[in-house]
Amino acid sequence: MKIKTLKTRNLKESKKLGGCGECQTSCQSACKTSCGVANQPCEQEKK
Amino acid sequence: MIHTFTVNGISIALDIFSGAVHVADPVSLEAIRLYEQHSRDEVIRKLLSRYESNPEVNPGTLGALMDQLDELVRAGQLYSSGAYLNTGVPLPDAQGPIKALCLHVAHVCNLACSYCFAGQGKYQGQAALMSLGTARGALDFLVANSGARRHLEVDFFGGEPLLNWEVVKETVVYGRALEREHNKAFRFTLTTNGMLLNEEIMEFCNQEMHNVVLSLDGRREVHDHYRVDAKGKGSYETIVPKFQEFVKRRGDREYYIRGTYTRRNLDFLQDILHMADLGFTRLSMEPVVTAPDDLEALRAEDLPALFEQYERLAQEMLNRKRQGRSFEFYHYILDLENGPCIHKRFSGCGSGTEYLAVTPQGELYPCHQFVGDSAYRIGTLKKGIVNHALREKFAANTLYSRQECRNCWAQLYCAGGCAANAVRATGSISGVYAYGCELFKKRIECALMLQACLQEEGLA
Repeated sequence: MKIKTLKTRNLKESKKLGGCGECQTSCQSACKTSCGVANQPCEQEKK
Repeated sequence: MIHTFTVNGISIALDIFSGAVHVADPVSLEAIRLYEQHSRDEVIRKLLSRYESNPEVNPGTLGALMDQLDELVRAGQLYSSGAYLNTGVPLPDAQGPIKALCLHVAHVCNLACSYCFAGQGKYQGQAALMSLGTARGALDFLVANSGARRHLEVDFFGGEPLLNWEVVKETVVYGRALEREHNKAFRFTLTTNGMLLNEEIMEFCNQEMHNVVLSLDGRREVHDHYRVDAKGKGSYETIVPKFQEFVKRRGDREYYIRGTYTRRNLDFLQDILHMADLGFTRLSMEPVVTAPDDLEALRAEDLPALFEQYERLAQEMLNRKRQGRSFEFYHYILDLENGPCIHKRFSGCGSGTEYLAVTPQGELYPCHQFVGDSAYRIGTLKKGIVNHALREKFAANTLYSRQECRNCWAQLYCAGGCAANAVRATGSISGVYAYGCELFKKRIECALMLQACLQEEGLA
């Protein structure tokens, strides 16, 4: 019996450094008819 | 809040507010479920009773498991509090910068797809092409209202934007000059049905377009049922070789082959696999957006079949990845380590605030799906934002303006959903398009299952 925790960004921590607003607007990529943000990469490092 | 689920035999516990993802065996998953409401001794007693025939489940192993759960809770990775969302995560700003425009360069189309949400390209209005002056004005408007934002996005959309190709081309050239002048970086996208693609257009797009979205519904018979010309002739034969050539020349640059599925192809996995078999590797397939009484509209009774398709898609993608012939599916792309921050997850797609659509006449709407509905006209390029109350309404429309979203495990993946779909389903941007929610949640479960397997096998 074991639980394996995947490598993830801590969302709570991202509050401190996030919010630059440079990431892609969701609908500009491929959906155009539904919304989701999880597949938008963070752009902060490239700023 | 946590969400536990099993897809394709992989059991996962998702900690909603930290974003932590835990892959668990069935006993551990049950322990996680019981943990919140029961004491340590109660959890152990219940599991010993339930798994009495399993020698691996004994007081020693269960004690170690409970220790692990305690540690995850202490580390803020299990049952973490979402209270931090109530303080300091800024809401979208009705006075904030605008960073993305959907340019409707052509309200006319050379196909007549009956399921088109844009009314065969005319958006319930007159056929029209955007002038170069209007397109340049749109870029000026964007730069002037973008504040400190450096990355600006412009999507050439329609109708069919290649029916106004010269304007598209000249607008890009104009944008490049603005970049240098104002220290901005434009990312241009072209969404096309492919009918008019030629060598010159491919060459230009592969130089200048950050992304191209190419419409293909999958198998020939599925595609040609809807995507026909004015005479009713299917477009598959014309566009597929062009898309193959375009993508081949595109190299590593971004593109999506984007399809729509309807009630006619509830086995849409076959269409996705058909796209992959044609050699395309960046795929998107969207549920049709149409009136509920349309024959094509998806129904409640279709959901089990659709869920099965999404689960099988995730498994097939894993199998193909193992075989070295992988493809990407837009809704399964999850960058768990470098995904969007909490601010982005809170504010959603930005329609009506940081993202606007521009009609050929230079009118502004909250997004492309609202174009043609005068109640949602938010301004014009000449006057700027005129309907400030409407912009305020969109700014206030976050995931936490809906009780359903506050209680939903997928809230930080979805950010409250699509305002246009909400209007279509409920009449209000603050409504909930429940059917879309069901599909969205299933896609995220499948995406997490896929990511878990890829990380486990070192294939991520």
